[in-house]
Order: sequence, then structure tokens, then C-alpha cells
Amino acid sequence: MYSPASEPDIDIQLQELEKLTEAILTKYGYDFTNYAMSSFKRRVTMVLKKNGLSTVDQLLQKLLYDPAFFDQFVLDVTVNTTEMFRDPSFWKVLRHQILPILNTRPEFNIWHAAASTGEEVVSMAMLLKEEGMLDRAKIYATDINHVVLKKAQNLVYPGRNKDLSEQNYAQTDPKGKLEDYYQMADGDMVFDPTLIANVKFKHHDLAIDHHFFKFDLILCRNVMIYFNQKLQNRVFELLHNSLFLGGFLALGAKESLIWCKIADKFESVNDSEKIYKKIKL
Amino acid sequence: MFSLKNKAEKTTVVIGGSAGSFPIVNRILEGIRPQYRMPVILCLHRLRDKREGFKEALEIKSKLPVNEPNDKSLALPGHAYVAPANYHLLMEDATHFALATTELVQYSRPSIDVLFESAADVCGQHLIAVLLSGANRDGATGMRHIKRKGGLLIVQDPQECSMRTMPEAALQATEVDYVLKTEDIIRILNEFH
Ligand SMILES: C[S@@+](CC[C@H](N)C(=O)[O-])C[C@H]1O[C@@H](n2cnc3c(N)ncnc32)[C@H](O)[C@@H]1O
Repeated sequence: MYSPASEPDIDIQLQELEKLTEAILTKYGYDFTNYAMSSFKRRVTMVLKKNGLSTVDQLLQKLLYDPAFFDQFVLDVTVNTTEMFRDPSFWKVLRHQILPILNTRPEFNIWHAAASTGEEVVSMAMLLKEEGMLDRAKIYATDINHVVLKKAQNLVYPGRNKDLSEQNYAQTDPKGKLEDYYQMADGDMVFDPTLIANVKFKHHDLAIDHHFFKFDLILCRNVMIYFNQKLQNRVFELLHNSLFLGGFLALGAKESLIWCKIADKFESVNDSEKIYKKIKL
Repeated sequence: MFSLKNKAEKTTVVIGGSAGSFPIVNRILEGIRPQYRMPVILCLHRLRDKREGFKEALEIKSKLPVNEPNDKSLALPGHAYVAPANYHLLMEDATHFALATTELVQYSRPSIDVLFESAADVCGQHLIAVLLSGANRDGATGMRHIKRKGGLLIVQDPQECSMRTMPEAALQATEVDYVLKTEDIIRILNEFH
């Protein structure tokens, strides 16, 4: 029964990835050295296959001499999957449990760290608008990737995502209809630009950059899963420094900070939705 | 009872399954020795938008506590772990998990190939992999990779499977150590206890 595969699979070694990430850091200042190598390896394998390359060395040569190719590489290795109201139960808790607390403050600041193409930002804006809070919010949306940041500002999302977006939205105890917020044009959903009037979009690399503002609420979801624990610890420090005392930190559904070095500076507000509060400086 | 073909000490069990595998997995978790010496890591195809209920359904008969791992949490001996809905589950090193939301692999997230390949990389010859019933080809590439790294491969006997595409794809992709019915799978896993 057994017939060997015709094409040999690519099998990248950890040392090769180390060499690759070190060289990228030196040449371009992007630090992938502490990414989670299990998934980083899969991404690099994918980039090799896509470009018809068979070794990491070949990739490295191309990366070092072709900055445009490097930009594409960053896009390929960082994972940009996101949705409107991803994990609807999280947004419901935000609406009923967290926003009412922010609502007692005259103004409040929100940071979407690793916002990707902006679905999370628009979702938040709709929620704030429905709760009558959008005008008082100062919002930052950041990402390592310039291409997704641009998309986030366009507010144009493919029509094929419409059903999922509506399904998710419907589970957040909505006060309106999703279609109140967008118009269809050429098969795309084009969202109301006033939703992001208070949003500043900015390049920010969680692996390298420092805190730049203080926030009442930070969403940092589904990005740290691509980091190793050393880098996660760095990011938790950074997020901690970026929060007011009593500020909230929301992680992805399967992320947790209970193990991190500064876990005692937070308390859990909602275990299943991974929402934490800064309780110590 | 089995002449063990692969002598290296084993530290980790991974199990993949899709359509038709749920009762088999339940039976394995029921038949396995309590306080099993290794972590048993499951990647089963499941609905992407249903987070609740799956782990609970597996827990009912299981001799091992069943968890859905968080990112970078520990894989402990004597525990069963099941890949969460809509995330790929990987092994970051021999004792830690990692999660990813990267694109579907073989139309699946979680994907068996993703778990198996990453486990092969960090466990090498210390890995036991079991592939069960299923209606697609997920797992075959992963099994081939495990073979290359020296792990032990077990495939559920296609004759016993309600869907045989998956075990057959694996049998075509690589040479496996055992083709077994459910009760024998349990027996051999318990021999490694
Ligand atoms: C999977 S998306 C998460 C999007 C959104 N937060 C969500 O949960 O749906 C991960 C994002 O993290 C960004 N990213 C990866 N590494 C980063 C870094 N070092 N600093 C900032 N953003 C990063 C990627 O560009 C990508 O847009």
C-alpha cells in the first residue's frame, strides 16, 4: 500500500530559524527571535513553498537583498485572521460588564494592540455607539504590519464575511442591526467612516516598541499566541505600564496571564472571556 | 502481548480523529489506565463556532481529566487535552502547547497535521501517534512526518472505521507500525503505561 511521497517535504531546523531571525533583526530591526517557533516554522515553510525555494538560506539571501520581498515576508509570516465580533460572548461581557464601568469616567482611552485589518476596532466602535459612549472615547489601533493598518482605515470588508459578521453581532445583545452601519458597494461591506473618527492608527511593534499612552481598556487578542513566553512576559510588562490602575486588559479566548511574572498585578474579572484588571502599580 | 517494534521510551501520545471517531475516543479514554504515564493529546475535528460542550462530552467516561489547553500551558502526564474550537493546537516544546489561528489545513482548524507535525518535531522517537476514523485526508502528512522522526504509528483498522478515508490516506502516505481495532489500541497504549 505504501508509496513514498513524490516531493520531499521541507524540514526546517530550529538553528536555521535562529539564523534567519537574527539576520532580519540586524538588517531590518524587526524582532522575530522570540516568536513561538512551532507556528513560525510553519509560516516560514509556507513562504518557502510559495516562492519555490527549498532552503532557509535561499530565503535569507532574497530577504537581505530585496526590501520589497521582506515587506511581503512580514505580511506572510504574521497571522492576520480576524472577524467582526470574534467570540461574541466576549463582546457581550464587554457590553454589560466593562463598558458600564468606563461609562462612569468623563473620558476614557482604548487601545487595540495588534488590530490587524480593523474588524475588532469597528466592532468596538459599534458597541460604544450603541451604548452612547463613542464620542467620549479616545482610541488607538496599532499593528506591526503597515498593510493591515491601511486596510483597517478603509473600512471595506468582503461581502463573503457578511453572514458570519451578522451571526456574531446578533449574539452580543445588539441594540440595532448590523446593516445600519454599512452599505454594500461592489459586493463589499463599506462601513460608516464616522465610526472611526476618534481612532488613531499607528505602527507599533509589541516586540520592540515601548508604551506611548495610558489606557482604561486594552484589547490584545490572539497575537501573543505567536510569541514565546519570554516575549509574552515583555508584552505583559508593556501592557501593564500602558494601563491606568483599575484599567482592563482583554486577551484572546485561549490566552491567560496567570503564569506570567507580573500575574499578581492583575486580577481576573471574567475567567472564561479572559478579562483582567490592573490592581497594582 | 505486542512485540513492540519501536523501542525508544515514549513520553507523549497524540490522537487524531474526525467523522466517526468520537465514540472511539470516548472508548479509549474510558479504557486507558487512570494516572496514565504520559499526556494524551487529542485533535478531533469539531465545529468552529461551538466553544462549549465538547470537552464536557469527552469527560463523562474518561479516566483522565480532560482539558482544553490555553496557549503555552503545560502538557502533564495523566491528563487528556483536546484542541479548542477554531484554533490549531501545536506543541511548542516537549512540555508546552501553543495555539494558532492560521488558515485551515485540510479544511480543518484544529488540524491533525498541524498537531502531529509539531509534536514530531519536539518529541521525535518518543511520540506515539494514533489516527482514527475520518472522512478527509487530514493526518496523513503528519503521520509521515512522525515516521521520519522515529515515532510510533498506530492507525485504526479501516474495516472497523465508520469513515475509512482518513486511516487509508495515512496508510498510503507512510509505513505504519500497527493497524488495530479499538480494543487493541487501548491495550497497546496501556502497555506503555
Ligand atoms: C491574529 S491577528 C489578531 C487580530 C485581532 N486582535 C483579533 O483577535 O481578531 C494578529 C495580529 O498581530 C499582528 N502582530 C504580529 N506580531 C506583532 C508585533 N510584534 N507587534 C504588533 N503586532 C503584531 C499581526 O500583524 C496581526 O495583524
